[in-house]
Amino acid sequence: MKRLLLALALVAAPLRADSDLPPSRWANEQLPDPRQEAAATKLMQEIRCLVCQGQAIGDSDAELAGDMRALVRERIARGESAEEVRRWLIERYGAWVSYRPPLDPLGWPLWAAPIGLLAAGAWLLRGRFRRRA
Amino acid sequence: MSRARFIPLIVFALIVVAVAWRLAVPRDDRVASKLEGQKLPSFALPPALPGKPGLTSADLAKGSPRLVNIFASWCVPCAAEAPVLLDLKRRGVPIDAIAIRDRPEDVAAFLARHGDPFERIGGDDRSQVQIALGSSGVPESFVVDGRGVIRAQHIGPIMPHDVDGIMQAMEAAK
Repeated sequence: MKRLLLALALVAAPLRADSDLPPSRWANEQLPDPRQEAAATKLMQEIRCLVCQGQAIGDSDAELAGDMRALVRERIARGESAEEVRRWLIERYGAWVSYRPPLDPLGWPLWAAPIGLLAAGAWLLRGRFRRRA
Repeated sequence: MSRARFIPLIVFALIVVAVAWRLAVPRDDRVASKLEGQKLPSFALPPALPGKPGLTSADLAKGSPRLVNIFASWCVPCAAEAPVLLDLKRRGVPIDAIAIRDRPEDVAAFLARHGDPFERIGGDDRSQVQIALGSSGVPESFVVDGRGVIRAQHIGPIMPHDVDGIMQAMEAAK
């Protein structure tokens, strides 16, 4: 019975996984400086939400995403560049947290894949043209 | 040309295999903190409720290892974990906590209901210290050694079968 209750508690967690506190001030409020706000918004579209892992923090309604948006805006308002904020987050959560994968031994296949697919498509087409001729 | 006919079938079979494999072995979507093995970022959190001190990074570098539990009164698995934390405390593990997005009265009610194994509780109203630690949810726990270095992270509630592992991590952090 105890084990069943425990299992139910674990399953029930997502149903009530939000606090009663209001969102952070800068979660949903734009920075007064439009250039800083543009840099922050751009970065928010490239940082992955830790809760809804398919979404960017700019699109997610999760509370943690709101607090991360506040963090991004506050750091950029303090004069940090978007890349510095991205690096700070990658130090904590790994390259996974950024939607802009690095060009390192692990990341380069992602960048090479479109070129590879184009080449494969060209190869397939070549076969077609040859058959017609 | 006859062999090329089978290429779509082979591609289809590969897709089926990939999908079947992921269904059988679900992806682990826990996000581990990259700060394991590194010094805690410096922080100073105010008390989460009156009558108990808040938590600073300096409190976690005083010579002996400590367990830092990240919890919230609104988090159901945290309640499931509470008896295990009390058990760890009975076994001599010093435990501090960070309460995420919580109100003092809610923390007090949670501790009154589920027990209070904590020596210090810092209140992180805007999850900023949680993010600085590389934590992605509640509950999570960090084993911090006497020099303030993060030695281990436990993601999700500490269940009875995790106690031995936590005790070992505490011992290793000495």
